[in-house]
Amino acid sequence: MIAFQRVHKRYPNGREALSEVSFDLASGEMAFLTGHSGAGKSTVLKLIALLERPTRGQVTVNGLVTSKVGSRGIPAFRRQVGVVFQDNKLLADRPIYDNVALPLVISGAARRDMDKRVRAALDQVGLLGKETSFPLELSAGEQQRVGIARAVITKPPVLIADEPTGNLDPDLALEVMNLFKRLNDVGVTVMVATHDVHLIERFRVRRIHIEHGQLAGMPPDVAA
Amino acid sequence: MSPPDAPHPARAARRSPLAALSSWLERHLQTLVASLGKLVRQPFATVLTLGVIALALALPACLHLVVVNASAVTAGVGKTVQLSVYLKLPMTPEQAGKVRQGIAARDDVAEAKLVTPEEGLREFESLSGFGDALKALEGNPLPYVVTLRPADRFDSPEAVETLAGELRALPEVDIVQADTEWVRRLNAILAALEQVVRVAALLLGLGVVAIAGNTIRLDINGRREEIEVIKLVGGSNAFVRRPFLYSGVWYGLGGGLLAWLLVATAVGFLAAPIERVAALYASTFRLQGLDARAVLVLVGGGAVLGWIGSWLTATYHLRRIEPTA
Repeated sequence: MIAFQRVHKRYPNGREALSEVSFDLASGEMAFLTGHSGAGKSTVLKLIALLERPTRGQVTVNGLVTSKVGSRGIPAFRRQVGVVFQDNKLLADRPIYDNVALPLVISGAARRDMDKRVRAALDQVGLLGKETSFPLELSAGEQQRVGIARAVITKPPVLIADEPTGNLDPDLALEVMNLFKRLNDVGVTVMVATHDVHLIERFRVRRIHIEHGQLAGMPPDVAA
Repeated sequence: MSPPDAPHPARAARRSPLAALSSWLERHLQTLVASLGKLVRQPFATVLTLGVIALALALPACLHLVVVNASAVTAGVGKTVQLSVYLKLPMTPEQAGKVRQGIAARDDVAEAKLVTPEEGLREFESLSGFGDALKALEGNPLPYVVTLRPADRFDSPEAVETLAGELRALPEVDIVQADTEWVRRLNAILAALEQVVRVAALLLGLGVVAIAGNTIRLDINGRREEIEVIKLVGGSNAFVRRPFLYSGVWYGLGGGLLAWLLVATAVGFLAAPIERVAALYASTFRLQGLDARAVLVLVGGGAVLGWIGSWLTATYHLRRIEPTA
């Protein structure tokens, strides 16, 4: 579902973010992307969401080679990839309903359909009934869950998350991580970047470890 | 309609064309109303922008009215155009009478009158003050003259010139004098004014495009974050651009309507004094306002210009906003 083949990424400022990174994530698989800050975790996720393009090598997501997706194809490509951010990137001036419905509005869903699916997505993250609240009225954990609801509402085959628990205390972090696991259990391919080693020890999930832009001798893999 | 647990509903969603059309319409209608709502929520900025656009549109509209009304004032001048046809010498009264009849029978001639050499001489004496000098002449040197007035439908300078040319070609005719010069000048001035209107409309139209574009640019800068998020979750440039295009159309449409109001108010203020002036000249002239076609051009043109302005800036700027997260 996600395949990196000898991917190399150098930023315009000359920084070598990734070199010779290759891995494969099967459909329905889940993986934690681990490593220190600046190791290249974010770059991996940016390459998957086509926020960046590799300098060399090939990134394949959901059967599409990203280098073959032109700038006009990027929006349609991104709709196949749900993205959750550390700072959740909610629109503060819109109610939760509008925030969660945004991907549906973009893909042109009918109104009737939309109500049903927004409720289903909010139910999934345990926030049913918060439709008319505004993001800042919610706790950090709740905001993060709204971000997840938005990322999965179009049922994308791939879900990626960049430090989704970075701003949360341990209980909320565990709750959010459980949510990702549940989404994976229903068939979504999930990749979560995190440096929270203690948290991920509680999950029997594959780890992809990056150090200095390279895949490092992985800490003992746990079969998913 | 995809079942709730379908793996790829985005691709699986196959809808009937009618349903697709209705959802397309719904989305546009939503954006339309939402963009109007945004403008209403910031009334001060909106009114300022509308005012500037309205002024830019009202100016050429006013110039247009000046031309329209000046044309109306001068529309009747054809009735005062006269042609003098000097017949060749020598000519008998019978021959001259026949020529006059021939001229009077033409479709493009309203009336033709024969002036005999004797009448001509008397008129010349009384008008020129050369009476005594003329008496010294032997006999009467003046020819027969036919004076005529063109028919109403043929009173344009071009038609009068054509008529004069055809009369000149008659074998009995010596000289044809058509006093169309001042009508020509007047029409040339009006034509120049019309050109001024066109140039002003073009320049101020570009101004409207610039105003709408600049307003939209500020709007885009203020909503950068939102645009980035929309692009992050897969919104296309066209999707991001749509509300800005509607805003541009609203600005242009509102500006056009306001311009109409401004022009109508100005005409209302000027109508009475101008009618008083016209009455003093024994004229029934009434100041004309914008007709339906002009209003349509003003309001519709405003909307189109607003759309162009917003399209140009939105297309240019939105491409440059890319999510970085």
